[in-house]
Amino acid sequence: MSGPVFRDAGECALVVEFGDRVDDALAAQVLALDAALPVVAGLLETVPTYRSLMLHYDPLILPRSDLMGHVQAALARAETAPAKGRLWVLPACYDASLAPDLGHVAATVGLSVAQVVGLHSGTTFRVVMYGFAPGWAYLSGMPAALTLPRRASPRDVIPAGSLIIAAGLAIVAALPMPSGWHILGQTAMQMFAPTRDPAFLLAPGDRLRFEAVDLATHQALMQRAAVGEPLARMVAE
Amino acid sequence: MSGLRILRAGPLCTVQDAGRQGFLRYGVTPAGPMDWISHATANVLLGNTAGAAALEIGPAGLSFTTDAPQRVAIAAPGFRVLRGGSAVPSHVVLILMPGMVIDIAPGPWGVWGYLALPGGVAGVSVMGSMASHLRSGLGGGALKAGDVVAAAGEGVAGNDACLIMPVQRKTPPIRYVPGPQDHLFSPEVQRTLQSANFTVSPRSDRMAYRLSGPALAAIAGHDIVSDGIAMGAIQVPGDGQPFVLMADRQPTGGYPKIGTVIRADLPRLAQMRAGQTVTFAPVTVDAAVTALAGATARIGALPLSLRNMRFANGQVPTGAFNKGSISEKSSACDDTLQRA
Repeated sequence: MSGPVFRDAGECALVVEFGDRVDDALAAQVLALDAALPVVAGLLETVPTYRSLMLHYDPLILPRSDLMGHVQAALARAETAPAKGRLWVLPACYDASLAPDLGHVAATVGLSVAQVVGLHSGTTFRVVMYGFAPGWAYLSGMPAALTLPRRASPRDVIPAGSLIIAAGLAIVAALPMPSGWHILGQTAMQMFAPTRDPAFLLAPGDRLRFEAVDLATHQALMQRAAVGEPLARMVAE
Repeated sequence: MSGLRILRAGPLCTVQDAGRQGFLRYGVTPAGPMDWISHATANVLLGNTAGAAALEIGPAGLSFTTDAPQRVAIAAPGFRVLRGGSAVPSHVVLILMPGMVIDIAPGPWGVWGYLALPGGVAGVSVMGSMASHLRSGLGGGALKAGDVVAAAGEGVAGNDACLIMPVQRKTPPIRYVPGPQDHLFSPEVQRTLQSANFTVSPRSDRMAYRLSGPALAAIAGHDIVSDGIAMGAIQVPGDGQPFVLMADRQPTGGYPKIGTVIRADLPRLAQMRAGQTVTFAPVTVDAAVTALAGATARIGALPLSLRNMRFANGQVPTGAFNKGSISEKSSACDDTLQRA
């Protein structure tokens, strides 16, 4: 297997590129490198995506050649074995009132609504990256049976906490934003709360499962979330 | 508490520190100053750390007064800075007396100015930063008339002083490091980027400066699987018209990036107005680091370049700047940066 490609993004960022497509195996390599990189003065931030890791660095503190040395060493010890790390359980409500696309998704992929919910809530996903807006978590592990294209017409805004899928990917949407993805349900958990510590409960590399709750439970959880209570349970380190 | 009372705030006047760091991996825009050199300049002139919270002054300017003596530093390239109606240089340290009005108004060039207070601007940090990001609502938001901006520290001692700004008679190309997706563009298209004139579009903002010019077609289309975006990334969407990602950029994106503007030159690009011509020149990473080190060293040395604004006869030279009536030889703070 050939190693990743290194691409400069100016003098203050380096891209370690494992491939050019969305692929859970590439994402696993990205997250393994991310986890293996040491804390080094001058290495400021790392940003994982499905296929690459961007390293933001201060070249006046950490010269590029030194950074490359750290990356090569981290690649050599990176664990690409099955994902470890924290496992979270998030409450998810698949009630029709919160899941406007559930019927359409089921009909399009040739399953029953119950089967779609069963697949989504029966999968252990992994947070690969955040993107599009703060707290929008992009997941890997999506069951192939739920693959379908985006909606023909995007919605102007979808609610915070929407559990959305499209193009073989799954997202937990933290903030209300426009979206053309299909809404399967909603979590009461606030994925992003700027004044909470931590502001983001789930880190890239964390695993998560959705636990189906009924509408009454969801509404009760929403009230607890409104006062800042983190609703996700960590079930494994 | 000492501070400034805002009398007039044009759009996009915000508090900015060095930016919200450590949250790019959570999808959080860093924000921070559009012109990091001028932002650092204002801070360093007061002895603040370079990245302390300061006011970023938008293109339409800002005016304010004070109810107590207050020391401020202004670094507002190209703006007209008026103290009590009389012009002072664009890069100054001033002791303001109660009731004195400072008006920072648009001048012959420039887009972003900076105002620093001793110890930085006082305020509440959100996720470790006071940087304002208007789209997400993180940070304090846009300033408006009636707002009071307080200093985190004290300090009214010292004299009025100013910087002698270098006179630059032409605009050299904006330097960039090719990549991270230069390989998705043909050599011919890369030569076009290096030789053509581009124009800053009016549809430019804190997120991106859009450029218009010859289309830069990517070899295999303009949709790529998202990857990270660095400050200064030159992204090329499907219409081939590049845009440069600035302070309010998203941390990831799915357009190919033919190059990345080097840090040392980003302020020069940020200070270009709609309609101005931009040209680009490629450099190596090493050259970009050398330029960054030079810019950083110059900022650190700025306090040594401060000139007392009082002349031997005790008169403060007001009202004569930008008119050529005070020669550089007189050691006044000339500010006649020429744009070719």
